[in-house]
Amino acid sequence: MPSLPMIEQDQVRHANTSPDGGAFDAPSLIRDDPYHDYLLRLGDDSLVLGQRLAEWCGHAPGLEVDLSLANLALDLIGQATHLFDHANDGDGDRLAFHRDVLDYRNCWLVEQPNGDFARTIARQFLFSTYQHILYRELAGSPDAFLAGLAAKAVKEVAYHRELASDWTIRLGDGTEESAARMAEGLEWCWRFVPELFEVDARLEALIAAGTVPDPRFFEDEYRGALAAVLAEGKLDVPADQRPILGGRRGHHSEHLGHLLAMMQHLPRTYPDARW
Amino acid sequence: MSSGHDWPLWEVFIRSKGGMAHRHVGSVHAPDPKLALAHARDTYTRRQEGISLWVIPSNAIVASDPADSGPLFEPAEDKVYRHPTFYDIPDVVKHI
Repeated sequence: MPSLPMIEQDQVRHANTSPDGGAFDAPSLIRDDPYHDYLLRLGDDSLVLGQRLAEWCGHAPGLEVDLSLANLALDLIGQATHLFDHANDGDGDRLAFHRDVLDYRNCWLVEQPNGDFARTIARQFLFSTYQHILYRELAGSPDAFLAGLAAKAVKEVAYHRELASDWTIRLGDGTEESAARMAEGLEWCWRFVPELFEVDARLEALIAAGTVPDPRFFEDEYRGALAAVLAEGKLDVPADQRPILGGRRGHHSEHLGHLLAMMQHLPRTYPDARW
Repeated sequence: MSSGHDWPLWEVFIRSKGGMAHRHVGSVHAPDPKLALAHARDTYTRRQEGISLWVIPSNAIVASDPADSGPLFEPAEDKVYRHPTFYDIPDVVKHI
């Protein structure tokens, strides 16, 4: 066990010094800047999904699948590390571990609980297909950081998309039970798809400046790609549902707070701990 | 981790770099060839171990019987002349 500082003293010190807003133990790390916000949106998507996938560690159906999911998680957490370091002058950990739920900017899809393996695959299939197209487009950004990050990550994400598509097809075109579970997983996740293509004023500003791609331009490609994989897996495209929006403005499901509590517990309870 | 045991076994071979032969590194369970490759990639190439992968159904391998090792391998034991180092190379021979 590392030597840990006294928790009570830290809480008192932080409570006495923290300004309004932000986490109890840190000032708000959110800046009123569309570019900064965009870095958080990308980074939070990757970090939260990476954390979710890491929850499978030791529980996946088979050692090989355990490693597959952990590899995806590590790729995603690596992306988040680069984005947060860039957004916070080299101290990305601060953004990951000392930000409260209302300051998180990820979409609803990635924070959804793992459910069974089929729902995890549905979530991954819907997200990785989106992220792959987004990063492919982002690789052409005039912003050197975003272009560089996307060019590296697009190779990782291409594999994620391929793997998730393969599993979607196999579960859909597998046994009666696997097909039913896959359909249920897709049904559960489907209402979170429209948020991926939502353009608010902050994103609009970056699109207008030519810094980032407009997701609406590749929504048709995205939905076409989903339909092709689903057809191969003998699965129906789910009917559109009332979309759930708000993650980009910090409005999240009840699940994200629990995820952050698990992920942030140690560094926020013992801010000086090393391991 | 429970299931996975009903999946067939695949032997994994990795080519570490161009010009090298694929070498056997282990095995994975997977339901079909494509996922066998994915599992081999995720299990055995996480640390830049290779540039090419083979997977082969384990039951496609024909193996020698350990009980036959006497007739199969022991006759080679006293054939030292089959090693190139058995022969003295004359000093006048260069570049060998």
